[in-house]
Amino acid sequence: MQLEGRKYLFYTLFVLTGLVFAVRLFFLQLVDDSYKEAANRNVVERLIEQPHRGLIYDRNGKLIVYNEPVYDLMLIPYDFKGVDTASFCRLTGLSKAELIKRIRKIPNPRKGGVIIPQLSRREYARLQELLSEYKGIYVQARSVRVYPHQSLANALGYIAEISPRELEKDTAGYYQQGDYVGKSGIEAFYEPYLRGEKGIRYVVKNNFNQIVGSYKEGALDKAPRAGSELVASIDLDLQAYGELLMSNKTGAIVAIEPATGEVLALISAPSYDPNLLSGPKLSTHFAELLRDPRKPLYNRAIQSRYPPGSTFKTVQALIGLQTGALHLYDYLPCNQSLVGCHGHPSPTNVVSSIRHSCNPFYYLAFRRVILQGGDDFETIVKNYNQWRQYVERFGFGRRLGIDIANEGKGYIPDIGYFNRMYGEGRWGFSNIYSLSIGQGEIGVTPLQMANLAAIIANRGYYYPPHLIKEVRELGGPLPAYRQKQTVPVDTSYFTPIIEGMEMAFKAGTVSWQAHLPPDKQHIVICGKTGTVQNPHGEDHATFIAFAPKEKPQIAIAVYVENAGFGGVWAATIASLMIEKYLTGEVSRKELEKTTIQKTFSPKKHP
Amino acid sequence: MRNQTLRYIDWLTVFLYAALVLIGLLSIYSAVYAPQDPKPIYSLTHAAGKQLLWIGGTLLIITVIFFMDYRLFESLGYIAYGVGVLLLALVLVFGVKIGGARAWFDFGGIRLQPAEFAKVFTSLALAKYLSNKEVRLNRWRDLLIAFGIIGLPALLILLQPDAGSTLVFAAFVLVMFREGLSPLFLIIPALFGLTFVLALVIQPISYLLFAFLVLAALLIALLSYLNKGFSFKLLLVVGIPTLILMGFAASVDTIFQSDKILKPHQKERILVLIDENIDKEARRSRYNLQQSKIAIGSGGFAGKGYLQGTQTKFNFVPEQQTDFIFCTIGEEFGWLGSMTLITLFVALMSRIVYIAERQKLRFARIYGYCVASILFMHFTLNLAMTMGLFPVVGIPLPFISYGGSSLWAFSTLLFILLKLDAHRNQIFWT
Repeated sequence: MQLEGRKYLFYTLFVLTGLVFAVRLFFLQLVDDSYKEAANRNVVERLIEQPHRGLIYDRNGKLIVYNEPVYDLMLIPYDFKGVDTASFCRLTGLSKAELIKRIRKIPNPRKGGVIIPQLSRREYARLQELLSEYKGIYVQARSVRVYPHQSLANALGYIAEISPRELEKDTAGYYQQGDYVGKSGIEAFYEPYLRGEKGIRYVVKNNFNQIVGSYKEGALDKAPRAGSELVASIDLDLQAYGELLMSNKTGAIVAIEPATGEVLALISAPSYDPNLLSGPKLSTHFAELLRDPRKPLYNRAIQSRYPPGSTFKTVQALIGLQTGALHLYDYLPCNQSLVGCHGHPSPTNVVSSIRHSCNPFYYLAFRRVILQGGDDFETIVKNYNQWRQYVERFGFGRRLGIDIANEGKGYIPDIGYFNRMYGEGRWGFSNIYSLSIGQGEIGVTPLQMANLAAIIANRGYYYPPHLIKEVRELGGPLPAYRQKQTVPVDTSYFTPIIEGMEMAFKAGTVSWQAHLPPDKQHIVICGKTGTVQNPHGEDHATFIAFAPKEKPQIAIAVYVENAGFGGVWAATIASLMIEKYLTGEVSRKELEKTTIQKTFSPKKHP
Repeated sequence: MRNQTLRYIDWLTVFLYAALVLIGLLSIYSAVYAPQDPKPIYSLTHAAGKQLLWIGGTLLIITVIFFMDYRLFESLGYIAYGVGVLLLALVLVFGVKIGGARAWFDFGGIRLQPAEFAKVFTSLALAKYLSNKEVRLNRWRDLLIAFGIIGLPALLILLQPDAGSTLVFAAFVLVMFREGLSPLFLIIPALFGLTFVLALVIQPISYLLFAFLVLAALLIALLSYLNKGFSFKLLLVVGIPTLILMGFAASVDTIFQSDKILKPHQKERILVLIDENIDKEARRSRYNLQQSKIAIGSGGFAGKGYLQGTQTKFNFVPEQQTDFIFCTIGEEFGWLGSMTLITLFVALMSRIVYIAERQKLRFARIYGYCVASILFMHFTLNLAMTMGLFPVVGIPLPFISYGGSSLWAFSTLLFILLKLDAHRNQIFWT
């Protein structure tokens, strides 16, 4: 029967179908790799575990910054459906419009995003039970920086969410959107140490996006490594005390331990509570601080460019002695026709000119430095350049390299400046003489002034000032801060300067008001006052000092805007700071109170 | 009688059957296995344990079949058919609705799906009818009766509605072809099917229509050459079917748009095959297809290893222990494992055709072809659907997919043939 032949159609059909499947599977399973990747994307998710940010202690072991958990309320739009939004809004205090706006902002509706950031532990506890009723709502713990004090705001800086620009700069790809990074101050400078290292956890998820276990029993996981602890050189008590003394004043105080370059206090006034720039209202507070006309975010201690005034005479004397333009026993008359001065015995030598802050002395001394070997323009240029190099070696006109961003350079004019100003070859000593007494175009930061005090205290060297004396994982400060910097001036030349400064404090330009109490007068303070002419209003008061004279433990610079004569309030504040640091206790309560209450108006006194 | 059965039974088929059932059980266990909460295979809290029960049930069924008189199956063919059709009608009234279809009888927790058994009784009835020497498949009256026997249960199943199970009844056309049905009954539907697919794939439709004209012209030229001369008759024989197909192609779009012929979800299932991203709305259909392909595709050459699958373990693939069970095999045993399974099926189906052809009774032979064709239909549609070659239709993979009704029905279907086969030589003595 010929129909039997039709059985072959069946065999053919079976085998053909099998072949079609074989080829199809060959392409699905062996040729196309995309399915394997898709499978991994399907189930394995890489979770980032945030490390704890490093804690910061002060030099006495007091905690300056720590972390506290906060809770971000997260919402997954994909699951947040059919929810009673009215009651949800009532519970969370969001308006319906605001809720919708925030939901729209969430980039991935399946993964979800933050709907209310940084609930406190208390708010979280209140909402926790009630929120479990809602689908698509969960809470994610994070930590914020907390400061158990109100000090050091500008030096500490703050952390905030990484900006798109910072993300672009992060070529190593460490950061992700939503990460918090240090934005300024120590937080920014020590970011690589403070942040630690993120952990990675691979989890397996089912089709409902729920975690059902770890991937490969956690073989690929990496635990987060906490950030390194930092020990600040700051004495938190001294810092707070200095801030208190600067209440309602504008200016800065910088105190340095001369032997190490460790910054003991870095005060910029007015300041703000660092806690303002942590927590949920960061951006509101930041905007307020930015708008504040008193500029609390401006770190005067390292950024401002104040003329140093008479404190600069110490530098002038040292350069004069080193270059041979000035001799120890040169007596120069207080000739007020050259430059104004105030009543004091005349003539003066190096020691007494520092003691009495004689202006004509330094006019003449600087003239000798500049006109040494001739008064033609070429010589002037050569001498000025040499002088400027000395000044730079004292740390002026350049950054000292403190461990916070945005340090100012100050300003020491160069030849080009005067050439532009007056024309090449058309200026001489008469155009630059005000530099001799620290006035004119010169600008320095209070940090540079404190560093000068440290250089004098050390008799000719310094370590770059720094705020962090130990990065725990390094077992010390950053290597740059161990590099001793010497000033090219013979150690012996410092002796008359120090003597003059001792005299200035005891019986010179410093007011009696600033003297230590009788029982503490064995501590010898060496200081130099400065009164900076201010064409816009009352003069600025400045003062540099170190103490004790032998084995100095603290070098300090104080700058108080509009406080008039430097020997009065600036010196008083320095004296109180020194007393506080060296004896731990200030016994001049009355003076302390007056100082705190004292305010200075920028207007000129009639 | 029992000795006779066991002595002449086709052990190769029994071996292939047992292998497939075992693979099925292990795959079901793997599909429902939860790594975070592993349970033993015999635990009745999951599908694998229950499947073990159903396998026990099939042993009982097989024993009963072996003890029955082999002649009973032919003589009871129409009665079984009648009872089966009645059950299909009753399930439309008394059945419970699961997943949108009223397809199940619920006997206090034990559910039975009469549509699965419809394949058995329709096979018996069709074999009985076609084995009548008076029946000629080139006679319209007989042809209509034969299609009626197939069509009645198919229609009742379509009413549940269960389009997939209905589609399986097309397998009987293959059986009728073996018994003398004109090849046109295969060629014409194939042409229409091909036209339908082409019309969906090729846009704009005018390209396709033009291609038809060119092909027709070439065909006429070829035939004229072979016949040594052009004739008007030739023009009509080629031209009229071409025009009909062109008309169909032109109206595919309209047919496709109409909600009366295809339901929206069915249209989606067809569209996502052509282009995964064709329609944003077809998310559910696309999801099933993608997950199924991801599971199989991620298996690679040798697979991820037994119980090591990730896609089928965490419920990414829908219906992974029933209709999409092949995904588990594809993922955990890769191309090698898949090919082994496919080879087993091709071997089983071929062996059944071989068995059918050695029957001396017409009834037994036709019944054998029914078994082979039904298995082929299930095998082809199920695998094609999981691999993304055919729209998703919910039909199980025989012997492998989880489900008591399905396993029992396929086992019954196969072992009636083996019983008949064991007695094929007795025909001389009776």
